[in-house]
Amino acid sequence: MEALFALVTAENALLIAKNLALILCITLPLLGAVAYLTLAERKVIGWMQLRVGPNRVGPYGLLQPIADAVKLIFKETIIPADASKVVFMIAPAMVMVPALIAWAVIPFGEGMVLADINLGVLYLLATSSLGVYGVLMSGWASNSKYPFLGAVRSAAQMVSYEVSMGLTLLSIILMSGSMNLSDIVMAQKGMWYMIPAFPMFVVFIISILAETNRAPFDLPEGEAELVAGFHAEYGSMPFALFFLGEYANMILMSAMTAVLFMGGWLPPVDMAPFTWVPGIVWFAAKIAFVLFIFLWVRATLPRYRYDQLMRLGWKVFLPFTLIWLVLTASAMHLLGKV
Amino acid sequence: MKLFDFLKGFMLADMLRGHKVTLMNMFRRKVTIQYPEEMTPVSPRFRGEHALRRYPNGEERCIACKLCEAICPAKAITIEAEPRKDGSRRTTRYDIDMVKCIYCGLCEEACPVDAIVEGPNMEFAVDDRSKLIYTKDKLLELGDKWEVSIAERLRKDAQYR
Repeated sequence: MEALFALVTAENALLIAKNLALILCITLPLLGAVAYLTLAERKVIGWMQLRVGPNRVGPYGLLQPIADAVKLIFKETIIPADASKVVFMIAPAMVMVPALIAWAVIPFGEGMVLADINLGVLYLLATSSLGVYGVLMSGWASNSKYPFLGAVRSAAQMVSYEVSMGLTLLSIILMSGSMNLSDIVMAQKGMWYMIPAFPMFVVFIISILAETNRAPFDLPEGEAELVAGFHAEYGSMPFALFFLGEYANMILMSAMTAVLFMGGWLPPVDMAPFTWVPGIVWFAAKIAFVLFIFLWVRATLPRYRYDQLMRLGWKVFLPFTLIWLVLTASAMHLLGKV
Repeated sequence: MKLFDFLKGFMLADMLRGHKVTLMNMFRRKVTIQYPEEMTPVSPRFRGEHALRRYPNGEERCIACKLCEAICPAKAITIEAEPRKDGSRRTTRYDIDMVKCIYCGLCEEACPVDAIVEGPNMEFAVDDRSKLIYTKDKLLELGDKWEVSIAERLRKDAQYR
């Protein structure tokens, strides 16, 4: 802690203040986006089920997230008698925080990135895997059978799909020749990677569905058999943090998809009317598109059975991504790029 | 054939078809009825809140025959009657306990003069059960209030009786 304070000197105080401001510039809009993603989800799924969705709070229901937040804040926080209290309260933050810190390396535009590090992809993989600890901790600390089962499922699922996700990322890294996310985006100037590596794009989309525990892979919170899964014992703000964490993770994974496969902030065609639109708008539009796929899938598909989920992860995606990785490597070698 | 099925599964053909259905539905007309603003149509035979009707000259229809009280399976109706000053027989008390009532409509069937009817109104929820004991005054008042739609309703249903 003292070493941390020693860093604050007159010279770099300004730098620290600037970075803090930048962090707020990323985090606050992100939290707003999370709130409105919940509304968008209810609206889109409503429309797909021929309903109108929430429309009572404010015009077109636009104030619904605020009403939800107020409701959750004013609820009582209940800690089960047998729960391990400290872990129980830390767990929601452990889900929320990794989803936020990962944004440090996401490039919003040319040079618009908080930390332009060369191992951006690795950092993303590392932080996105951290979320599983929060889930495990909540399941264990609740000291209750359903949350525990949910947490075990969730951990197994997230670990399984991390593998195929990592392998899809490897073929992207092979194609771009860099692990810096800005370089990966710039390498897609001629053609987005989702075109030559379309199968990997599909595998990646399915993997991030499983990774964020979303339908059709939302087994950890399968209400039919596990009540609500790992957060069954939570209420009030701790529950809200899980909720926010899940949606922040969705946005993060969509941003990853946009950066790695859809050319980040680049316009679809490098021509006059498209280049007038600022890059950050393109980036936001691409994130919104991937988020729409999330909601669309949830409105369409029934939940997978657990053995089907594991079969898909280990017996389909793993060999398929491995074969694709070898093919990509061969192609890059034959084209003389490596 | 097995290979074909495998490839079909691998190309996510079934999933894509399902997604097409949901996407089409997203742009179809919504079936939600926004209740307080919109209502579903109410049948002329709908049995809602009770009302006591009057003749066009303002005289109450009920002649205190007590057929409704007798037929009521829930014993929700209580009637007391005595002759009025002009010699006609009228109720002095006509109470319906809306909590007991099962909305079967037998009172309306039994009534020889179409005095007690069940109107189209279904929005009479209150915050206190004591307000659900309807007195004669309240029922007559409701009859005046809903007379137009009650008359329309009786006219429409008359041809099937």
